[in-house]
Amino acid sequence: MFDLVSFIPRAIAQSIPLLLGCTGETLSEKAGSLNLGIPGVMYVGAISGVIGSFIYEQSCGGNVNPFIAIMIPLLACLIGSLLMGLLFCFLTVTLRANQNVTGLAMTTFGVGFGNFFGGSLIKLTGSEVPSISLSATSHCFSKALPFANDMGWIGKIFFSYGFLAYAAIIIAIVTAYVLKRTRVGLQIRAIGENPATADAAGINITKYKYFSVCIGCMIAGLGGLYYVMDYASGVWSNDAFGDRGWLAIALVIFTIWRPNIAIFASMLFGGLYILYLYVPTGGNMAVKELYKMLPYVVTIIVLIVTGMRNKKENQPPESLGLPYFREDR
Amino acid sequence: MHISKRGDISRKQAWAIRIGAILIALIICGIVTTLTTGLDPLGVYGTMFNGAFGSERKIWVLFKELSLLLVVSLGLTPAFKMKFWNLGGEGQIMIGALTTAAIMIYLGNTLPGPILMLLMLIGAVGAGAIWAMIPAFFKARWNTNETLFTLMMNYVAIQLTAYFIIIWEVPKGSGKVGIINQSSMSGWLPVIAHKQYLLVIVMAVIVTAAMHVYLKYSKHGYEISVVGESQNTARYVGIKVDKVIIRTLILSGGICGLVGWMMVSGTDHTITTTLSGGMGFLGVMVAWLAQFNPVAMVLSSLLLAFLSRGASEISAIYQLNHSFGDIITGIIIFFIIGSEFFINYKINIGKKDAEEDRKEGSDNV
Repeated sequence: MFDLVSFIPRAIAQSIPLLLGCTGETLSEKAGSLNLGIPGVMYVGAISGVIGSFIYEQSCGGNVNPFIAIMIPLLACLIGSLLMGLLFCFLTVTLRANQNVTGLAMTTFGVGFGNFFGGSLIKLTGSEVPSISLSATSHCFSKALPFANDMGWIGKIFFSYGFLAYAAIIIAIVTAYVLKRTRVGLQIRAIGENPATADAAGINITKYKYFSVCIGCMIAGLGGLYYVMDYASGVWSNDAFGDRGWLAIALVIFTIWRPNIAIFASMLFGGLYILYLYVPTGGNMAVKELYKMLPYVVTIIVLIVTGMRNKKENQPPESLGLPYFREDR
Repeated sequence: MHISKRGDISRKQAWAIRIGAILIALIICGIVTTLTTGLDPLGVYGTMFNGAFGSERKIWVLFKELSLLLVVSLGLTPAFKMKFWNLGGEGQIMIGALTTAAIMIYLGNTLPGPILMLLMLIGAVGAGAIWAMIPAFFKARWNTNETLFTLMMNYVAIQLTAYFIIIWEVPKGSGKVGIINQSSMSGWLPVIAHKQYLLVIVMAVIVTAAMHVYLKYSKHGYEISVVGESQNTARYVGIKVDKVIIRTLILSGGICGLVGWMMVSGTDHTITTTLSGGMGFLGVMVAWLAQFNPVAMVLSSLLLAFLSRGASEISAIYQLNHSFGDIITGIIIFFIIGSEFFINYKINIGKKDAEEDRKEGSDNV
């Protein structure tokens, strides 16, 4: 029997990092910046939070104040991801470098940064704990709503998550609203479609590109923080985050650049990601690897179909990945 | 302040800027190393150098890694010159490796050596070519975004490999294939002159020379650069753009598949899901750092192979996490990426300079 009540919460918990990564990437892609550094940014966001909270937990010796325990990693995570975003913008917007190369270099750097500090933090700070396990902080992050337990399966499916999960959904809705309905969103989209026209209309390209890429990186960084603090219960292990960053980029295409669709699509991806645990394979371990392929195959199909149908509103931003220099016109 | 495009910068000046950027990056890396680990930066660089060039064996390993990375980059180059962002090198290597391993496992003990080897080679190149041809077909026909498509194909290939690894695993439940045909050594690339990696290195040299000639002197190479400059121009002069895109990607994926074959048959004799180990992405950087010039790619892949070998030595000696190398690689690449700006553009400070520049510009026209 397929156990929906245990499947759905796990799928949703899986989906939150993807949703945050996807929302962040959508924001930057809408402004025409294909930020392939997102997987790296998510690692940096996660490890910055871990470093902040590790130092805090070590210094206060177990007596954590819940508010500070949440604020320190949150701020550290946002600052870490913001710095990565600034780096990407400085190289691609100010120094006009190629976005793909910069993004891939950022992913190499970010994943290395995460794994290096994750693996050496204990040695570097000279503390005497066997592994990075931030259970006190994680407890604050994953605290469910108080009435979740009293409400049976409804509580389990809707209210059993930490605050970042709800924040992720709100961020996605707000981002979708800003992109679609506000003046700022219109200007961002104009830059992504045709920067020369936007420039002629008096929109400050540099400012908006910096803005959307940096905010996008900060949102994506939160995805890393959610993963390590809530999903992984505060335990850092190297490479555990895996290829979720790339999956988030896949999700951007799958949702045809709409963060509000991403809320449900990310749950679908999260479900596909763990489906193999629930589908009876009769001890056939190999098949579960094929199930893990599903999100990518589905994304490819979406990419092909939207390309073929050629409807204007479903296309990637027209100038996605292309540099813009006013002098080149 | 006013930024203007430089005319032609002399090669010497361009390289001076690049080398200057690398030196600044190395100094920054040194500072970062000292700040984070408290180690003496000069000592760290000494160790890195030792890790790359310290013994005869280490030099062979360095050149093996250089060769593999170089061939990947060479494979990606024709696609990049056409402005087709093939980020699927990773998947194309994996699928080539997977095909090679399959042939070694299923046919290794039934076919005579040379036929087996030929079959493996054709299989790997063919598989890589098909893997790249799929996104190319959709790009040519419906203008599907190739960057995202090729990226997704990577993970399809990796999961496919994971599936077969579990089918082939020895012993059952270990999740590893182990050394393929360890006793019979069938399907293993022969060792020439008692040097295990020599043949792989020789092949890399041949591919480099061939790619240089192909891009610079052949009609195909010319068509690739025209399509890369402007698809409209290409159509105007009668080049069939669709055909060029698909043909070039078959070549690009085929060479990446070849790397998969080189790794399974020549160097590793096994297959894992991390076999390609990010080479498909590193190759993008190598090719771009060398400005898509096959000969300059030898240098840029030497730089990256040196960093990776050196970093693994650091992590072994100072008991640091092996990812330290990725941080250093990242910083150095950021600096090189940034330095390209100063090669392509000139910054004029003050109004007078800007006006002079404009005058110069109009004189040139």
